[in-house]
Amino acid sequence: RGGSGGMRAGSGGMRGGMRAAALALLLVALRAGGTELTFELPDSDKQCFHQELERGTKFTLDYQVITGGHYDVDCFVEDPNGRTIYKETKKQYDSFPHRTEVQGVYTFCFSNEFSTFSHKTVYFDFQVGDEPPILPDMSNRVTALTQMESACVTIHEALKTVIDSQTHYRLREAQDRSRAEDLNGRVSYWSVGETLILFVVSIGQVMLLKSFFTEKRPGSGGAST
Amino acid sequence: LALYFHSGEREEKCIIEDVPTDTLVIGNYKVQRWDIHKQEFLESAPGLGMFVTVTTPSAEVLLSKLYGPQGTFSFTSHLSGEHIICLQSNSTRFVAFGGSKLRIHLDIRVGEHFLDESVVQAKDKVNEVNFRLEHLIEQVHHISKEQNYEREREEKFRKTSEETNSNILWWAIVQTLILISIGIWQIKSLRDFFISKKLV
Repeated sequence: RGGSGGMRAGSGGMRGGMRAAALALLLVALRAGGTELTFELPDSDKQCFHQELERGTKFTLDYQVITGGHYDVDCFVEDPNGRTIYKETKKQYDSFPHRTEVQGVYTFCFSNEFSTFSHKTVYFDFQVGDEPPILPDMSNRVTALTQMESACVTIHEALKTVIDSQTHYRLREAQDRSRAEDLNGRVSYWSVGETLILFVVSIGQVMLLKSFFTEKRPGSGGAST
Repeated sequence: LALYFHSGEREEKCIIEDVPTDTLVIGNYKVQRWDIHKQEFLESAPGLGMFVTVTTPSAEVLLSKLYGPQGTFSFTSHLSGEHIICLQSNSTRFVAFGGSKLRIHLDIRVGEHFLDESVVQAKDKVNEVNFRLEHLIEQVHHISKEQNYEREREEKFRKTSEETNSNILWWAIVQTLILISIGIWQIKSLRDFFISKKLV
């Protein structure tokens, strides 16, 4: 994982260095990495993503289909040994948490191969996060500034939760709006079509009926009433 | 850079980002090319670059630049909506050779700068807290913008639903009236027809 907190050059000698190291460890542990992407998956296509993970890492894959067809997609996740650890077909949205047992490259793929003409817009969020290690005893050395730092980190994590929640609602709203627009279009077209059919059929009926009685000699009177 | 995916040499891969207006979007990427001889991905391929194209919801191009094998691109949205970020390599090799593909590492951040822990650690205490606080303020502003954008979209959604509702109602009334009047016309027309044919 990139961007690990480095060791700060000790200001204040050994004691400062130890404190800095402990805090750095804490910050790395709490910081969860992750990627969220929205992409378009054409019909009969498959798109795979890969990530290298350490052993014992916890990751969560959330995905959701936003637009397209029946709003469903196939998804599978494979571990570095090629074993399928998750497989679902025609799912609209799902969340898959997992703790890795093997170190290596994990693959997850979205497949729209069952669809012949509807391309889908898929959103996924791949969060990688560790549990914090056993915290070193810092209580007797915290200064005001260090408490502010950890407060900042806590607020940052809380805001990330808010943003996640917002994203969740945004996606559901996008999906619902997509359906509503589909519905509106369908209602408009079908109403016009139905009205035309109504006119054509009823006038046609009358014309047809009249034509039954005008082919023969006029006034034949053979038809029963 | 953690997540990666594969792409053909001349293939264009696009990512969709739905963002509110005045939002900073930063992307970080790294691209590697598959070497047929060594049967592995080269760490750095000289001369390999990526065209990054960003299209706004109104189909105008916001950014179109050629970057190297590794790079950072950013743009600020003027409109709210779906922006499309496309990556395509500048490779001029013939695809016919086959077996050649690219590995693209990608990370995109919306509304906030990347928080590089090592950079933060390098600053002294007061500046570090200052830096973190600025980042937090950025995050909060982004949340606020997203909420405003959500309000816009919900209104559009509600309008669409209400339009559908009144559409259905209006068409139902119109069709019923047409049905009744055509029914009456049919019977009258046939009655007059049969009377004129002296069948009734």
